[in-house]
Amino acid sequence: MNATQPITAADGTPLKKKLAQAMFRSKLRAAGLVAPLLAFVLASFIFPIFALMWQGVHNNTFERLMPNLTEELRVWDGLSEPTEEMYTLLVADLRQNRADKTIGRVASRVNQELAGTRSLFTSTARKAAKLEPPYRDALIKTKKKWGEIKVWQAMKLTNQSLTPGFYATSLDAVYTVDQGFIMKEEKRQIYTKLFIRTLMISGSVMLLCLLLGYPVAYLLATLPLKYSNLLMIMVLLPFWTSLLVRTTAWIAILQSQGVVNDILVWVGIAADDSRFSLIYNMTGTIIAMTHILLPFMILPLYSVMKTIPPSYMRAARSLGATPTRAFIKVYVPQTIPGMGAGGLLVFILAIGYYITPALVGGQDGQLISNMIAYHMQKSLNWSLAAALGGILLGGVLILYWAYDRIIGIDNMKLG
Amino acid sequence: MAQLPPYTTTGERVWHYSFRVICGLIFLFLILPVLIVLPLSFNVEPYFSFTPGMLAFDPEAYSLRWYKDIFRNGMAAPDAPLSLAWFADAWNNAQWMRAIRNSFFIGICAMLLSTALGTLAAIGLSRSEMPYRRLIMSILISPMIVPLVITAAGMFFFYSKIQLSQTYLGVIMAHAILGTPFVIITVTATLVGFDKSLVRAANSLGAGPIQTFFKIQMPLIIPGVISGGLFAFITSFDEVVAVLFLASPEQRTIPRQMWSGIREQISPTILAVATLLVLLSIILLTVIELLRRRSERLRGVTPS
Repeated sequence: MNATQPITAADGTPLKKKLAQAMFRSKLRAAGLVAPLLAFVLASFIFPIFALMWQGVHNNTFERLMPNLTEELRVWDGLSEPTEEMYTLLVADLRQNRADKTIGRVASRVNQELAGTRSLFTSTARKAAKLEPPYRDALIKTKKKWGEIKVWQAMKLTNQSLTPGFYATSLDAVYTVDQGFIMKEEKRQIYTKLFIRTLMISGSVMLLCLLLGYPVAYLLATLPLKYSNLLMIMVLLPFWTSLLVRTTAWIAILQSQGVVNDILVWVGIAADDSRFSLIYNMTGTIIAMTHILLPFMILPLYSVMKTIPPSYMRAARSLGATPTRAFIKVYVPQTIPGMGAGGLLVFILAIGYYITPALVGGQDGQLISNMIAYHMQKSLNWSLAAALGGILLGGVLILYWAYDRIIGIDNMKLG
Repeated sequence: MAQLPPYTTTGERVWHYSFRVICGLIFLFLILPVLIVLPLSFNVEPYFSFTPGMLAFDPEAYSLRWYKDIFRNGMAAPDAPLSLAWFADAWNNAQWMRAIRNSFFIGICAMLLSTALGTLAAIGLSRSEMPYRRLIMSILISPMIVPLVITAAGMFFFYSKIQLSQTYLGVIMAHAILGTPFVIITVTATLVGFDKSLVRAANSLGAGPIQTFFKIQMPLIIPGVISGGLFAFITSFDEVVAVLFLASPEQRTIPRQMWSGIREQISPTILAVATLLVLLSIILLTVIELLRRRSERLRGVTPS
């Protein structure tokens, strides 16, 4: 065979091309296996989350429902006196919304921007049909507030559909009509404090899990297998038990008439009439969450510790290290991957926790997820919920990325 | 336990035993909350705490009252004589019975969906020729990581738009998504030890890809698939946030019923249900452990 001639397959095509074809086909086969799930996850999980995030920067309630006024508000500079023309268009829109029964939505939307304007809109809309020009005077006569510039500024702000306003609110700032941001005064800052509290509680839970998980994982990894398998059940049983069962159990244990307080009274540490309040506060949240997330710390630590040969410690001892020194200098550094994996996982899961804080958190044990749920279900300020969720999700994704970088998600193990 | 070598100092001995004690206390912390619901669920009083009678082991202080309540609460005629009609009434009308039915129905459907899709995807992902492997893997695992409130809120809007919210299908789909990461993780872990030359051997002996899959690959990875499926089932069975956002009263599940029980009318019926759930998790744990051992045997990995 001539050396310059390419090697061919049986049907005469060059082997290189044939191989590429075969590789492509096997690639396609692999992709075909993943495709159904990927499509399912993209369509009903990733896309809905993107749609939710979009709501955090985009809310067109006002623009959509007040079609006459919207153009005029956009060109208005936000500082000068509103014109008669604007009042006329406002009345037209109010009448239309009254007829369409959509006035409640407009009122709620403006009320999110300037508290106390809900009734202004709903009650004026009720009377809008009877109003006569000049509308400026007529409106101010029905409600004095219509003459105030800040009501108009609030309308101008809500008229801007694509807005950074909700993210500003999430960070305790105010998005103003001249497109600037002002921080709220210290006393009225709630969301930044909540974010900080969420980080602090998650951090404490992570540290507590590490503190409690490390010795247990060490014991499990060093005991002979027949004992450690038995003890492993004690870790896995809570892991497999329903979250609500465990939360309920903690209520039974920690409440003022609960097991812990009964024992403390019996021992004499607490008086019967001044029992410790261990639940429905931050303490309750931290204790219950530590218990629930502890297996997520123990399992990765255990799987790393299993691989550390005991001879390393013996070598350190034989070279003259004290047990403490050998442990700190030789053993602990080898467990850092496990600590990182467990710590990050616990932190990621803790930061988005909702159920346990809602049930045992009381007032000061609430996390950011509870606030998101509140805005989703109670105050119905969905855009603010989406903005708060966007910040939370951003934080979680950074941690997730770090987890993938440091540990690799393929190495995640469950039991 | 292991004997300490004779050269250990007194300090080391003290530390050795106190370390064991500390670990014992941590194990107690782990297991006690799971076990404490058992005796409390037999309380005769409507409280969540131990009565003096219970502590004195007075048989009068214990009862099956709250277990009966699981059947009776919501029944049309709870005091009717025990007959087929009584059971039919309990099955159809009792609130907890409906929640139990819903939980199993939704859990099993979600498990089947996520196991089928997740197993296929895990097999695809474990092939080295899979393009964008890392990116796709991180997308498919993300439902486990994204805070549940965000997932549930996003799905609430999306499923409302396509008329799936407040339907069984919507809840099942949401739970299937939340369960797939567990299936992928467990099946991938089984596939790590899978000998690829077995597939090649089957191919060279004339088996097609489908026959190879069912005759060669499937029997070897089935323990991983089943334990992934059980993980998916328990995820759905235990899930409450998506149910809170997506389900109507008709689709109330056990955790949803417990949620409102804890928030509104706290009664030891919750503890009775909790005890049953603990028993269920013990059963599932045993099954998983047996499967793990079987899988190790099949793959020739001997426990060290």
